[in-house]
Amino acid sequence: MAINFILPEFEVERNDYRCIRCRVCERQCANHVHSYDPDGDVMLSDETKCVDCQRCVCLCPTHALKIKKNDAALRTNANWKQNTILEIYKQANTGGVLLSSMGNPEPFPVYWDKILINASQVTNPSIDPLREPMETRVFLGKKPHDIERDENGNIKTELPPQIELELPIMFSAMSYGSISYNAHKSLATAAEALGICYNTGEGGLHEDFYQYGKNTIVQVASGRFGVYKDYLEAGAAVEIKMGQGAKPGIGGHLPGAKVGEDISKTRMIPEGSDAISPAPHHDIYSIEDLRQLVFSLKEATEYKKPVIVKVAAVHNIAAIASGIARSGADIIAIDGFRGGTGAAPTRIRDNVGIPIELALAAVDKRLRDEGIRQNVSLVVGGSVRSASDIVKAIALGADACYIATSALLALGCHLCRTCQSGKCNWGIATQDPELVKRLNPETGKERLVNLLTAWKHEIKEMMGLMGINSIEALRGNRLMLRGVGLNEKELEILGISHAGE
Amino acid sequence: MKYVIIGNGPAAVSCIDGIRSIDKDGEITVISKENHPAYFRPLISYYLEGKSKAENISCRPSDFYEKNGCEVVNGEVTAIDKDSQTVTLKSGEEIAYDKLCICTGSSPFVPPMQGLDTVDKKFTFLTIDDSYAIESAITKDSRVLIIGAGLIGLKCAEGLRDRVGEVTVCDLAPRVLSSILDDECAAIVQKHLENCGIAFSLGNTADHFDGNTAHMKDGSVIDFDVLVLALGVRPNIGFFKDAGGDCGRAIIVDNSMQTSIENIYAAGDCVEQYDISFGGKRIMALLPNANIGGRTAGVNMAGGKIEFDNAVPMNSIGFWGLHMMTAGTYANDGGAEMIEEKGENSVKRFFIKDNKLIGFIIIGDVKSAGIYTNLVRNQTDLTEFDFTSLIKNPNLLPFSEKNRRKTLGGVV
Amino acid sequence: MKRVYVHEEWCLGCHLCEYNCAFANSGIADMVKALKNKKITPRIHVEEGGKIHYAVSCRHCEDPLCIKGCISGALTKDDEGVVTIDHNKCVGCLSCMLLCPYGCITTDENETVLKCELCMKNSCGAPACVQGCPNRAIVYEEVQE
Repeated sequence: MAINFILPEFEVERNDYRCIRCRVCERQCANHVHSYDPDGDVMLSDETKCVDCQRCVCLCPTHALKIKKNDAALRTNANWKQNTILEIYKQANTGGVLLSSMGNPEPFPVYWDKILINASQVTNPSIDPLREPMETRVFLGKKPHDIERDENGNIKTELPPQIELELPIMFSAMSYGSISYNAHKSLATAAEALGICYNTGEGGLHEDFYQYGKNTIVQVASGRFGVYKDYLEAGAAVEIKMGQGAKPGIGGHLPGAKVGEDISKTRMIPEGSDAISPAPHHDIYSIEDLRQLVFSLKEATEYKKPVIVKVAAVHNIAAIASGIARSGADIIAIDGFRGGTGAAPTRIRDNVGIPIELALAAVDKRLRDEGIRQNVSLVVGGSVRSASDIVKAIALGADACYIATSALLALGCHLCRTCQSGKCNWGIATQDPELVKRLNPETGKERLVNLLTAWKHEIKEMMGLMGINSIEALRGNRLMLRGVGLNEKELEILGISHAGE
Repeated sequence: MKYVIIGNGPAAVSCIDGIRSIDKDGEITVISKENHPAYFRPLISYYLEGKSKAENISCRPSDFYEKNGCEVVNGEVTAIDKDSQTVTLKSGEEIAYDKLCICTGSSPFVPPMQGLDTVDKKFTFLTIDDSYAIESAITKDSRVLIIGAGLIGLKCAEGLRDRVGEVTVCDLAPRVLSSILDDECAAIVQKHLENCGIAFSLGNTADHFDGNTAHMKDGSVIDFDVLVLALGVRPNIGFFKDAGGDCGRAIIVDNSMQTSIENIYAAGDCVEQYDISFGGKRIMALLPNANIGGRTAGVNMAGGKIEFDNAVPMNSIGFWGLHMMTAGTYANDGGAEMIEEKGENSVKRFFIKDNKLIGFIIIGDVKSAGIYTNLVRNQTDLTEFDFTSLIKNPNLLPFSEKNRRKTLGGVV
Repeated sequence: MKRVYVHEEWCLGCHLCEYNCAFANSGIADMVKALKNKKITPRIHVEEGGKIHYAVSCRHCEDPLCIKGCISGALTKDDEGVVTIDHNKCVGCLSCMLLCPYGCITTDENETVLKCELCMKNSCGAPACVQGCPNRAIVYEEVQE
C-alpha cells in the first residue's frame, strides 16, 4: 500500500571509518539488508528488512556494525505500547493472525529469579566437588513401590524400563522442519557424546539419525508424522505430545512450501502438502483414551521403552498430572508457558499457560500427597536458562530438565524471533540449503557439549556447596530453597519458605 | 658405479638429484665448461637489469656438490669412446664412465657476416660471463644494436634499457618473437616495447659492418657503440654425433631420456624429445623440461624406471608490465581449430584438436594460465567439462566436486 | 606435514579468508589501517558460481611443478615441505603461474609473485584464513595420502 504505518524496528549503524568495504555483511545477510554501491564506494543498508539477528555484526572483521533499536518512536504510552499499536496496524493491513517465534517475551514474573539456594556453612560441611565424587546421573522411569531381594541379596522385583542420563538435562522436542538437518545432527551427536537424549519433535526421525537411536526420544504428536514400527523401536523412549508450553491446546502448521523432498520423506507426507497437526489427538478424547494409547505404544515396543506424556503447564496441572501418573505413563514432561516454538499465534504464545516453576511444585506436591510420586519421573521445560535454574527445578521436585532455547543459543541463535520466516541466518530454523550450510554440525556439537559440560560443573559446585553429593538427594529438597519478593500464596504453591526464615 | 655428467646447468644438477634419490654412494663427476657452479641462464639479463645479484644466480646452494659427493672438473669434452666407455677432454684427460649424461645445452649461432671482425665491442648473450663483459663495455650513453628479436635479443634489450643511451633491435623476420608468436600477437608486443623505449628495425638485418656502423639490407645505416648478436643457438652435440649417436637437430632421446647409444642419456637444451601436444619429437629448450628431463635421466641411470612422457614447449615472458605465455602447439603446425577471446588489453588464443587443448597463446591477462597448461600436459578431454567458461575465467569451477575434493581437500 | 585444506560443503562464500589473509600479511597491526582503501592481494581466493563456493590456495604439492620452472631459484621447498618464495630472488617472470595447475599464484604491486606460505613468515603463527573462517570450511591439519 502507498502509506506504510509499520516503523522499522531496528537501525543499522555502520562506523564508516572502520568499514573496509569487504562486503561480508552483504554476502551473509539472508534478508538483503546490506548492499554495495560501486559508484560512491559505499555500503548501503535497508533497515526495514533488518531483524537484528546479529549475523553481520558477528562476522564484520573490523567490528564496524551495530544494530540498534530504532528510537524513532510513537508517543510514549504506558497502556498503548508501541508494539501493541504496530500489531493492530499489521492486522489491519493483512487480516491475518499474528505469528511469532520462540518463547513469550513479555514481562511476566520469572520465578527462577526469585528463588535462592542454600549453602552449608557452620552446621553442615559443604563438599568439594573436585575432591569428592558427585553423582549427576539420573534414571527416568517408573520406580517400583518396594524392592524385594532374594537370599543372595539380588533384586527380584522386575524393574520397569528406564532412560539413563549422565546428567539431568535433555534436549527438548524441536521438529525436523522447524529446525534444520544440521541442527538435528548437532543435537544428536552432542546427546550421544554427553550421554543424554534429544527429542525428534513431531517431524519424524530422519533415516541418517537412526544410528543415534539410543540417545533419541521419538515423539508421537497429534499429526503422527513419521510414526511407524521402526520409528518407535529406534528410540530410547516414546513421547506422546499432548501439548506444548508455547501454544497449549492448539495444533501446529508447517506450510507446504517448506515440505521439500527430505521433509516429505521423513514426515511421510506428500511433497508440498501442508503438515497440519490437529489440536487434539483425534483418538484421545479422555484420560482412558490416553491410557489406551500409552499401552498401545508399550505393546508395539514390547514394554522395553518408557513412555513419556508431554503436557503444557495449564490450570489444574496437578490434577492432570495425577491422571497421567495413573495412566501407565512412565514419565511426565511439563512444558511451561515460556517454552519456545518455531511458529505460534502471538496471542496464544503470550497469554496462555502458567509458569513452569509453579506447575512443577504443584504437581510434585500432589503426586507425593497421593502416594504416587514414584509412578512417574518428572521432566520440566519452558525457559530453563542456566545451571542454577536446573538446580532449583530439581529442588522443587523435577527429575530432569528439558532445554531447547538454551541449546539453540549454543548453536548460534541470537533470539531475533523471526524463525517463522524460514530465513534463519544462523542455519538453524531454516530449510534453505544455502542457509543450513551455515551450521556446521561439528561446530554445533562442540558448542552443545561445551555448554552442558560447563553446566554439569556448575551443578556439581552448587550441590557441593549445599552439602549434597547426588541429584537424588537434591530432588524435591525444598528446604534448600528460599523465596525472595514472593507473596504468601506464591510461597505456598512453591512449597518454600521466604528468605530469612 | 661411476656416473659422469657432461655439462653443469639445471639439467645437470637435476640429474644429480635424480641419481642421489636412488644411489647414495656411486661416484659422480661433472665436467663443466664454464668455471661457475650451475646457474640459471635466464638470469643473465636480470643481472644486467639489476634485478638479480651475481651471488644469487646459482641453481643450488654452495655446498651442493660437496654434500652430494660430486667431483667437478673444469673442462670441455671433445670425444666419446662408446666401446671403452670413456670421454676425452680438450686437455687430453680421459674420464671413464658406467653411465653418462649429456647436458651440454647449446651455444650461440653466429653466421658469417661481412665485416664482423672490424667491430670492436661485439658480444653474444648466453652466459653470465657475456653479461659481465657487456657490463664492462657499456656506458650510460652507449648506443646498443641487438641483432635478433627473439627471446634472447629482447631480454637483452630489457636488461640494458635503463643502463644505456639507446637500444635498437633488428631481425630479418618481420615480427618480434617470430618463433613463438604470430603477426597479430607480435604486433601487440612490439608496440608495447616501442612505448617502453626500444627501437625496432624489422624485416631487416645487417648486410655488412664497418667498424661501429651497421649497413642494413634496406640501405639504412645504424651507428652503434656495442653490438650484441642474438641470432639463435645450436645444441652442443658435435662429439655425440661423431660417436655415431642418433641426432636430428639435437640429440634424440626416448621418454626415459636414453640416447641411441647404450648407457648414454641426455637432457636439457641439447635434446629433442617427444612433445605430447605435437605428437612428435622436438627441441623444447625450457627450464622445466631441463629439470624434469635431467632428474628422469638421473633416476634411470641409477637403476630406476621412470618416464618423462608429457613434455610440451612453454614460455612465460614479460616486459615492463606486459606478460605473455605460450604452451604446446599452435598456429600453423597443429591442424587445430582456434578459439579466440579478446579482452581490453589482452588476447587469448586456444588451439583445439580432437577435443583436446593442444596449445595456447595469451598476451596480457596471464592470470592462472597454469590451469590451461595442465589441460595441455594431461591431454584432458574437453568434452568432460565446460571448457567455454574456462576460456574467460581460468579456475577450478568447471571441474567436478569430486575433482576439487581431491585437489583442495587431499594431498597432491 | 600440515596443510590448509578446504571443505567445499561448508564454504559460505563470505570471503573472510581473503581479508584475513591480506591483513595477516600486511605487516600492519590495525586491520582498518591495513585494508581500508587498498586493493587487496590475498594469497587465498574464493571461486564461486551459483551455489558453489570454495577457496583456493597453494597446495604445497609433494612434487611442485612451480619449482621446476622457476628461473631464479626463488621458489624452494623447505625441510618441512612448505613451498616458499624468496622475494629477493624473484624476478617476476611468472613461469610458476604458467605451471601451477591450481591457479593459486598471484602477483603483488612489484609484479613479483605471491602465494600462500602458511603464515610462516608473518606474526600470525597459524594460517590466518583458517582462524578467520566462520564455518570450519578451511582447516589446518595433516592428511594421510
